[in-house]
Amino acid sequence: MANFIENIGRGALDVVRDISKAFRLFLLTVYWIVVGPFRKRFVSPKYIFEQLVFVGVRSISIVFFVSFFTGVVLAMQGAYQLAQLGATIYVAGLVSVSMARELGPVLIALVVAGRVGAANTAQIGSMKVTEQIEALDTMALDPVRFLVVPRFLALLIMLPALTVFGDLAGMFGGYVVGVVNLDITPMLYIDTAVRFLALKDIYTGLFKSAIFAMVIAIVSCYQGLNTSGGAEGVGRHTTVSVVTSFIFIILTDCVITGLFYFADM
Amino acid sequence: MNAGEPIIVVKDLVKSFDGRRVLDGINLTAYKGETLVIMGGSGCGKSTLLRHMIGVHKPDSGSVTVKGKNISSLQEEELDEIKKSFGMLFQSAALLDYLTVEENITLPLAEHTDLDPDIIKIMVKMKLELVGLSGFQDLKPSQISGGMKKRVGLARAIAMDPEIIFYDEPTAGLDPIVAAVIDKLIVDLSKKLMITSVVVTHDMQSVFRIADRVAMLYKGKVVEHGTPPEIRSSDNPLVKQFIEGNPDGPVSFIQSGDDYLKDLMK
Repeated sequence: MANFIENIGRGALDVVRDISKAFRLFLLTVYWIVVGPFRKRFVSPKYIFEQLVFVGVRSISIVFFVSFFTGVVLAMQGAYQLAQLGATIYVAGLVSVSMARELGPVLIALVVAGRVGAANTAQIGSMKVTEQIEALDTMALDPVRFLVVPRFLALLIMLPALTVFGDLAGMFGGYVVGVVNLDITPMLYIDTAVRFLALKDIYTGLFKSAIFAMVIAIVSCYQGLNTSGGAEGVGRHTTVSVVTSFIFIILTDCVITGLFYFADM
Repeated sequence: MNAGEPIIVVKDLVKSFDGRRVLDGINLTAYKGETLVIMGGSGCGKSTLLRHMIGVHKPDSGSVTVKGKNISSLQEEELDEIKKSFGMLFQSAALLDYLTVEENITLPLAEHTDLDPDIIKIMVKMKLELVGLSGFQDLKPSQISGGMKKRVGLARAIAMDPEIIFYDEPTAGLDPIVAAVIDKLIVDLSKKLMITSVVVTHDMQSVFRIADRVAMLYKGKVVEHGTPPEIRSSDNPLVKQFIEGNPDGPVSFIQSGDDYLKDLMK
């Protein structure tokens, strides 16, 4: 029994230690972005550009599919309920508001955590176990400045951009169902969709996705930099990275939604 | 050979990992321009010692002084300056695998100097020529052989014209001819460019080809140290056994944890 409690205690301590270390990595990253350029050269734009392409451009197709079909499903489910009230026209508002406020940012963050977060951890992790991180260090190239900063910036820029794109793709999915299945005229659908959408819905959604971007970047890079134990370790840390990102995305989503819509900020 | 000024001084260095003492009071000096070989069996602490010299590990007690500065107490910027004056060849070469051969060698030059890209390109070509590898610039590390990777690693290590080069098992896993080529490169570099070399190895052939001075490490201590002829004629049974590669002797083959007996008696 004592052993059991001991294990819980040790596990909790590990979690606290991991969180504080990851937070330290976050501060270091921000430091290299804000103060770094005054002390040393800013990381080469080439590496940031490569990451921008990897995070953004190469995620477009999967983001489109996930968002579009989410919009379709949302419209179909919504129409089924709203039809009982004879209010199928509200499907337009339902889809646009829920995509912008909630589903767009969260779903796309989850997709990107799976695609980009896993890739970050696997790449940095395999660099770690093959001495490449140490090699960077002996060349006086700080791995945080060199590897984390480009990934962090790329996610911070591209995830909100993908979210805007995904929101639109989802609304388009709803539009297709509305126009083809529910016989709503295109103009009426668009008009209703826009009328229900407040500016606050969009900017809180984008704010969320910026936070999620930082969560994904820090979690995935932290797990990568702390990889040990060869190929097995890379696999384990990649899994942990994705799972942790998922959990933290949902948790921070809950907190931010609470702040914006219940605390009425 | 001890005429030069000391460039790396290791003093009473002690380091433990998880309660296991890996380095147990090491005293060692490398002089300017010489090739110092640190030899010893696997797990004797020689790689750990090397990692203290490059500032990756911090000592529990004792000190490592490089170019007159205690590197465990330096600020990051000062440490970076020291790091720029040395190169390191890793056991696995440790080339960045997402960059090409050329980009790997370009990296330190592009990051630490204000040289024009065209000049860097020429310098990279020269370094590759020096290690006998021109024409492979555009290949990725995964497309070249182990021996070639080591040579690219060496080209990267000398990219910044360092004063000191550290080699971690430079000939491990290479065929005898490539190993001899690497040894020749090490000797050439240190003689032609007056580079101080610190080599960690257990390849005895290589030791006698390249060393000006040899230190033998055993269980975290320097058990013998001297010129190659002195080492060859050493009476120390540990050294003798190691040079001859004899399975029987004071160095036990079985590397059990301390509690092997306890484990059996359970």
